[in-house]
This record gives sequence, C-alpha cells and structure tokens, in this order.
Amino acid sequence: MKFTGKVHKFGADIDTDVIIPARYLNTFDPAELAKHCLEDADPEFPTKVQAGDIIVADKNFGCGSSREHAPIAIKGAGIACVIARSFARIFYRNAINTGLPILECDTAIDAINSGDEVEVDLDLGQVRNLRTGEVYEATPFPSFMQEIMAKGGLINYIKDK
Amino acid sequence: MGMTISQKILAFHAGKEFVAPGELVNCKLDVVLGNDVTAPVAIAEFDKLGINQVFDQEKIVLVPDHFTPNKDIKSAEQSKTMRDFARKFGIKHYFEIGSMGIEHCLLPEQGLVLPGDLIIGADSHTCTYGALGAFATGVGSTDMAAGMATGEAWFRVPESIKFIYYGEMPRWLSGKDLILHTIGDIGVDGARYMSMEFTGEVISKLSMDNRFTMANMAIEAGGKNGIIAADDITRDYIEQRAKRPYTIYQSDPDADYVEIREYDVSKMEPVIAFPHLPENTHPVSEATEVSLDQVVIGSCTNGRLEDLEIAASLLKGKKVHPEIRLLVFPGTQQIYLDALRRGYIETFIEAGAVVSTPTCGPCLGGHMGILAKGEKALATTNRNFVGRMGHPESEVYLASPAVAAASAIKGRITAPWEV
Ligand code: SF4
Repeated sequence: MKFTGKVHKFGADIDTDVIIPARYLNTFDPAELAKHCLEDADPEFPTKVQAGDIIVADKNFGCGSSREHAPIAIKGAGIACVIARSFARIFYRNAINTGLPILECDTAIDAINSGDEVEVDLDLGQVRNLRTGEVYEATPFPSFMQEIMAKGGLINYIKDK
Repeated sequence: MGMTISQKILAFHAGKEFVAPGELVNCKLDVVLGNDVTAPVAIAEFDKLGINQVFDQEKIVLVPDHFTPNKDIKSAEQSKTMRDFARKFGIKHYFEIGSMGIEHCLLPEQGLVLPGDLIIGADSHTCTYGALGAFATGVGSTDMAAGMATGEAWFRVPESIKFIYYGEMPRWLSGKDLILHTIGDIGVDGARYMSMEFTGEVISKLSMDNRFTMANMAIEAGGKNGIIAADDITRDYIEQRAKRPYTIYQSDPDADYVEIREYDVSKMEPVIAFPHLPENTHPVSEATEVSLDQVVIGSCTNGRLEDLEIAASLLKGKKVHPEIRLLVFPGTQQIYLDALRRGYIETFIEAGAVVSTPTCGPCLGGHMGILAKGEKALATTNRNFVGRMGHPESEVYLASPAVAAASAIKGRITAPWEV
C-alpha cells in the first residue's frame, strides 16, 4: 500500500483522551468522532484536516485508554497513515485490527515538518519526504500482522479461518 | 532459561512448554471483558461475523460502568445495545445497575478473575487483575469481538522488568505512592510493551486493595501487564470468592528480566502526579501551594474499602473546605454497603462530601463532576491527561486517598500529617 499526503505533526505522548475526548464516546459513528478528533491538542485540526493527510508524531502515540474510538476517529477524519517514533501497545494493536495503517519510523520524525508532502510505502517500510527528497527506512510489520492487515482487519481474518 | 509468571501463564494457555519474549502466540482465554463504551463497538464487529453464539456464556463479562446510570440518550442506547446482546446470547455475567460496580473493582470482588488466568478486557485498566497473579491486559473492541467469538487472542510474549520494593513503609504511604513513584522514575512509556513484575518485602506485606492499585496503573507506564505473585494474602482474598480451580505460578529464579529496579520505600513521601502526565511526580511537600476546586476519591484505582477507610479516618469530625467540592465514588455496591455499615458514608456526608453510586463518572470526564475551564482537581484516579476530567484547560493532580482527604479539608494539596 502507498500513500501520498500532507503532514500534520504532533509531539510526544499524544494520548487517546486527546485523540478523542471521553465526552464524545457516547457514539462510535466515525463521522461524528472525526468532528472532534485531536481537538484538545489542536482545536483547528478537525476543520483543516483533509482526506489523505498523514499524521507524524513523536514517541508513545496513542497512550492511555483502550478506546478503539481513537483509530476510528483518525480514520474518520480521513487520515491515510500515522507515522510515529513509537506507539503505545493497545493503540498499535487497535490500528492493525481496524485497518488504520501505521508505521514506526525513528528517523522520519525529526526530519519531517508540518505541511511537508510525504510518500509512504507500507510494503517496503519507506517514507519519502517530497520536499527534501530524503528517504527514511521504517520497521516493517511482523508477517503475522501483515496477514491481518492484508485481510482488512482482524474480523475478516477470523471469518476466513 | 526459566520463565516469569507472565511467560508461564501465556505458555500454558498457548499449549506450550516454553515461550520466549518476542514470540507471537495464540492463546485460549479465561475471561473476556467489556463495558458500555467498548462493548457496543465490539458487538457491531461481532455481528459482522454472522455467528449465532459466543464461545462461552460463562466467560464473558459485561459491565455498564462508564456513563451509567445512563447520562444521556446516546449513552442509554449504548447500554441498551449491551443489555440486549447479553440477553440474546445468554451472557451469565452481565451486571445491571444495582449489582454493577466499576469493572476492575467488581471482577475480583465477584471471584470472576483468579490466579493463573489469562484475561483480556476492552478497557486499558484490565491490567488490575495482575494483582492476583493473573495475566490480564487491555485490548480494543475488535479484539474483544474476536475473543467473544473464538475464545482466543494472539499475544506477543512481553519482556519483563522486575521492580523490587524494600524498607519500612512509612505511615501514610500506600500502593498508590509506590506506583506513582515508579511511573515518575521510568516514565509513561518506560515499560512499553513489557510486563511489570512487582516484588520485594514491601509487596509481600501489602494488602490486596493496595496491590490492585499498583497493578491498575501498569498501563500508565505503558506496560502490557502488571503482575504480583499470588501468596497467602491473595489466597485469603479469593478463598470465599473463587468458584473454579486456579493455578498459582512463581517466576523461576533464572527467569530473564530486561531490567531490575529497586526502591527503598523508607524515605518516600506521598507522591503527587502533576498535570498532564502521570510521570510528572513530586513529593507532597513540594506541592502544598496548589489550591484546588474539586477532590475526587474513588475509581478503579482507589475506590476500594481500604481507600474509603483511610479517607474516612481523616475526615471524621472535620469539614470539607468551603471552596472544595468533594466527591466520593465507592467502587462497587458491596464496597458501598460495607462503607455504609462501618459508618464511613455517614462521616463523608457529615463532612460535606457528595457520595455517589458506583460509576466511572468524573474519572474520565464522563459525568457527575466535570471541571470547568481553569479549575483544578486532585483525584485518586489514574490519569491526568489534558481534558481528562472536563475542560481541556482544567487540571488534574493524582494522589492517594489519604492525600485526597487531607487536601479536601485544607482546600489545597496537603500532606495527611497536616490535618
Ligand atoms: S474508573 Fe476511570 S480508569 Fe477506571 S475503568 Fe472507569 S474510567 Fe477507566
């Protein structure tokens, strides 16, 4: 899978309460959740984000609660992929299970700025900064998880079994 | 090479003799848990599988605790989705209002989680049950759906960090202070993907309620699970509750740890985590300038009987500061009743506190005590993220029940020995 999109950059330890505050958890409709996605970190994010955009964040992205509403809100907002220095483990798992493409890439984080266009190749585990032409190598997923993602998430994977 | 308790539990449930850290394994589950926020999402996923039964009606636990008693129409719809599902599929352990409690206080109390169990819950604080010597970890709703359908889940066997606590516990120090201190030491991702094993002479003397508090916050250091080897204190706790056999595991002496950290507790002070991360810890004596608007005592971290007992002992015959709103949330109906019979509830009300039915309520900024812009709260809960208890410009400080009660009396963050 390949994506090209504009970057929104966030800092370290972006928690699931910031990704989608609990006050909106009385629904799990992706469009509803998207209206409030990351608003406590950047109040303008829900209005300025566009389909195909990419989130780049520092360490421990998605820490905190197990709410799957977090990847649902991010997907609902049209985000194509999240690249972070590292992900909190429940978020990592939820992203794979719900089919939100994610990538852990240490070197990309410092070099990419908000507003940059980047190209992500999930199969190769590569991130290319179209502004500078630089290419960053990411850690590829274990094959077991690639299989789940290739099937479009855990539920389809189980259905096939 | 030996194994840790966590490895042993995963190996057993994967049908293997040995599992190594980093290995991916498929395991059979003893309990699958969900609540009124996460279960409706799981039910929608479960429905996509088009099957007409769950893997085991006795091994699924559904607890409406987050926005209940239903705070608004949408929440009522979510609770109804879960209730209807429980009835349709004959889920034995569905807890309606009246028997419901905060899930991580309720499951151990009801004997639904036992030593040696492998438990997943669509709630990050599922790690609480590690206090019983179980392997328990939080997952998302899709994992819960898959678990309800197949009774299985995949795991990456975690590396382990061992935490050894030694020395004489000072008066007023609690499990909450030990875990906050530990998170302050290693950071909110210090144990990311890893198992946190709590050991040492201090832990072996610690009460179950304090052990639950510690295991509860493993996730706040990024841990996959927190675990304490079951011993006589554990046995005493589960004796009257267990309705099925269980297995007690010990870590092997030659088990592999990526790190061992030791803490001398004898000189520790009660700990406060400042906004907006649980790792921003300070000793209480450095925090006494902070004035407050609200104090919250309760939650799956500190809503158990011992927590209420300490708070009541400090509030007895005293008044809550006129500028403070003190909210007390017992963790379960049983805890509420025990606190009532022991006179704690009367103490709280006479002091000017509000006592609520068990619910997550303000802990996650749900209902029953939301903060306005600029307000500050001290809470015995586990998270102080931006906006956690209300307005994104409000603040939450985390502390023990003793500090919370003392602070409610003084109107600012206060050490328990000051009142
Ligand atoms: S009390 Fe708070 S932390 Fe515990 S389950 Fe409820 S919302 Fe989560």
